Amino acid sequence: MKPKNGKGGRLLTFLLFFFLYAPILVLIVFSFNSTKSRTVWTGFTFDWYVKLFNNDAILSALYTTLLVSVLAAVLATVAGTFAAVGIFNMKRRNRELMLQVNNIPVVNADIITGVSLCILFVFLGKMLGFELGFGTLLIAHVTFNIPYVILSVLPKLRQLDNNLFEAAQDLGCSWMQAFFKVILPEIWPGVTSGLLMAFTLSIDDFVISYFTAGSVETLSMRIYAMTKKRISPEINAISTILFLTILLLLVVINVREVRQEKKAAGKN
Amino acid sequence: MKKNKLGVLPAVPYIVWMAIFVVVPLILVVFYAFTNEAGGFTLANFSQMGSYTKVFARSFSLSAVATAICLLIGYPIAYVLSKETPMFQRVAMMLIMLPMWINFLLRTYAWMSILENTGLLNTLFDKIGLFDLINWIGLHLASDPGKYVPIEHFNMINTQGAVVLGMVYNYLPFMIMPIHSVIVKIDRSMLEAARDLGADSKTTFRKVIFPLSLPGVLSGVTMVFVPSVSTFILSRLLGGGTTMLLGDLIEMQFMGGAYNPHLGSAISLIMMLVVMVCMSIMNHFGDGEDTAVML
Amino acid sequence: MSEKLINLENIHKDYGGKTVLDNLNLYVRDKEFVTLLGPSGCGKTTTLRIIGGFETPSAGVVYFDGKNINDVPPNKRPINTVFQNYALFNHLNVYDNIAFGLRIQKVRESEIKDRVNRMLKLVSLPDYGQRSIDRLSGGEKQRIAIARALVNHPRVLLLDEPLAALDLKLRKEMQRELKAIQQQVGITFVFVTHDQEEALTMSDTIVVMNKGRIQQIGTPVDIYNEPKNAFVANFIGESNIVPGVMHRDKLVSFCGRTFDCLDGGFAPDEPVDVVVRPEDFEMVPPEEGQLTGTVRSLLFMGVHYEIMVETEQFTWTVHSINRADVGDRVGLYLTPDDIHIMHRS
Repeated sequence: MKPKNGKGGRLLTFLLFFFLYAPILVLIVFSFNSTKSRTVWTGFTFDWYVKLFNNDAILSALYTTLLVSVLAAVLATVAGTFAAVGIFNMKRRNRELMLQVNNIPVVNADIITGVSLCILFVFLGKMLGFELGFGTLLIAHVTFNIPYVILSVLPKLRQLDNNLFEAAQDLGCSWMQAFFKVILPEIWPGVTSGLLMAFTLSIDDFVISYFTAGSVETLSMRIYAMTKKRISPEINAISTILFLTILLLLVVINVREVRQEKKAAGKN
Repeated sequence: MKKNKLGVLPAVPYIVWMAIFVVVPLILVVFYAFTNEAGGFTLANFSQMGSYTKVFARSFSLSAVATAICLLIGYPIAYVLSKETPMFQRVAMMLIMLPMWINFLLRTYAWMSILENTGLLNTLFDKIGLFDLINWIGLHLASDPGKYVPIEHFNMINTQGAVVLGMVYNYLPFMIMPIHSVIVKIDRSMLEAARDLGADSKTTFRKVIFPLSLPGVLSGVTMVFVPSVSTFILSRLLGGGTTMLLGDLIEMQFMGGAYNPHLGSAISLIMMLVVMVCMSIMNHFGDGEDTAVML
Repeated sequence: MSEKLINLENIHKDYGGKTVLDNLNLYVRDKEFVTLLGPSGCGKTTTLRIIGGFETPSAGVVYFDGKNINDVPPNKRPINTVFQNYALFNHLNVYDNIAFGLRIQKVRESEIKDRVNRMLKLVSLPDYGQRSIDRLSGGEKQRIAIARALVNHPRVLLLDEPLAALDLKLRKEMQRELKAIQQQVGITFVFVTHDQEEALTMSDTIVVMNKGRIQQIGTPVDIYNEPKNAFVANFIGESNIVPGVMHRDKLVSFCGRTFDCLDGGFAPDEPVDVVVRPEDFEMVPPEEGQLTGTVRSLLFMGVHYEIMVETEQFTWTVHSINRADVGDRVGLYLTPDDIHIMHRS
């Protein structure tokens, strides 16, 4: 009954992947090129990687990015998990309102999120006497991460047996004990995938950071600064490293998911 | 959805946070849009926009073209993929999403080296003798061979076409994903029912699959159009700064030389309205709670 | 028109090397209510899908009205299906769902209106045309799915466990109604279920299937009273099955005693399986019984008691409206028509 794709379908898929990956391949290949040329292959070298790791500006930007990503992801995950539980227990109307608000940073254009936070920080900064910097950058990242954590935890809460919490209390757990011993383990897959998503979003972000980081520089901002000037293949080298890191992360996530699904299927 | 008696309290810190860092900033944007530097009420920011109608028109038309191209490429891909085995689909979707996790700037930067006048594509065309061929034909067709200027490269970078290409490249996955996830969720028995009731495969597609996949199309269109219309890097890197878009205009008001957050807010407000219209269309067609979970 | 409206000949179906249907031969007469009955995985749904055209047999031929229809796609078969989960189109309202097939046949809108409204009346939901599908209850969806199929005037209606999702009371009601609809429209129904009671109450013919093979074809009464093998005997109602020896026609011995029975056609002294339905026993004082035993357990079932009676060779399940207490000695009495003989499987 299910008609198979003809050659046309396969060709289309192949062309898509060619279109998606050709530029990335170009980036990676030319990170090993021995001259600065981005179009003519002149020989193999690791020089750009060596230079990359001696480039203080890039390294400090990388450090900032990792620090803000880890902190923002963890904070957003903790806050988002509790928030999801609270939202789940709201009356339907309130819950829908909350989800609408929650969706704002998800659906809204990044530039508006960035600009609006920028206005707020400048406004508060004048009132309270602080400048845009790491603090405001972190707040911005937490703000756009939380909604994704909530969106990945809520479905797990919906799958939960509603009597679970009562059963835990019936057996003598306090609120905290019931949450940590019973509820949290059940929704854990949603929590971890929310954490991973938050972390990846943070690492990748440019637009919002650009408007909220002040004098601090993230890796994306460093790359942006570099693309404005005459370009160095060090950028290609970073791209290659980031690409492989993210590839690894995604493979881990997917293998985990497949395992979980198999486990779930095994239970039935 | 029933309650699990954990209570509403755990959401309180979140509500406070979202109020301060999502709702208040948006209110500030509205406030700034309607005030001048002295803090007085004014509509000048909006009337000032009149001089930027070209930017508005360009932003919307380029984004619309990019969205249409994404739909034309993305729908067939999503449909074709939905017929493959689940494992193939899983891997394919991962491969489609993978470039999305590579820094946007880097992806765009890669296209710069491909599209440049001395870039890979032009070098390739040169190597296979395409330009020689064109020049040979051109020389023979030219009325005055003496005045014929031989072509050495295609002018691809710093054009509107390059900007559209950048949009399509960067946001195509956002079109494929929601459409695909809606199509695969269509109950197979629904298709069998259509066949059972006399529909051939074309009619089944037209009367069942396509209407049922419309929510996916709508969210795909939104997910491509919104970032396209608000981008401020693409035009700078691929359009050579000559094709200024709304995003650039906003960015200039906040970070650039033209510092004027009031005008920037007014433009942002307009853009936000567009986004809100898109969102309400999406909510109207989808189940409000699920639409945004596309990532 | 041939007597056999649908005829399946030597049908095999493999899925990736696994045999789902093994040499299936089956025919369905016109205007008959046929039920394919069996446990899940027995191949009954696959058989239905082969008739509908959603699966092609790996080997064998499907005839419809004497013509080979193996290569006819589902949309060209005069057969309609009521799917297990109804498969109603969510993007269309009730009226448009029912009109779907007619619109594809390009029937005039005025006639469509007529026929759809007649169908809505037939399934007792006359004013439901403009409702959206997600506002319907399970039972209502069920009726709309039936209407959507019947409106096309199919020669055959296929029903794939259509009542499985309904609660008990509604299911009983729909069973009666389905039977009434079938008699009213006068077409062939092929019905798939795993519920033996449903099969017994609704069908003209029951096809009992297990592990891709047909175990028995017959009327509900035949199947209940004369199960051909232990599988059928166990699947249709509860049974006591004991080994015995058929000495000659109408004489069998089991549990150390010889009984008169009504069966015949076995080899002399052939080892056989003997089936006795729990409700066929008569519980009598020990001295009057052909078998005597001790009551081991007692369950009240509403109308009757289910009593386990342990004799020397076997523990019998007995249904009786009379009570006996655990530990009592009781006798069991059987008349010849209570005893059913099957070839040893």
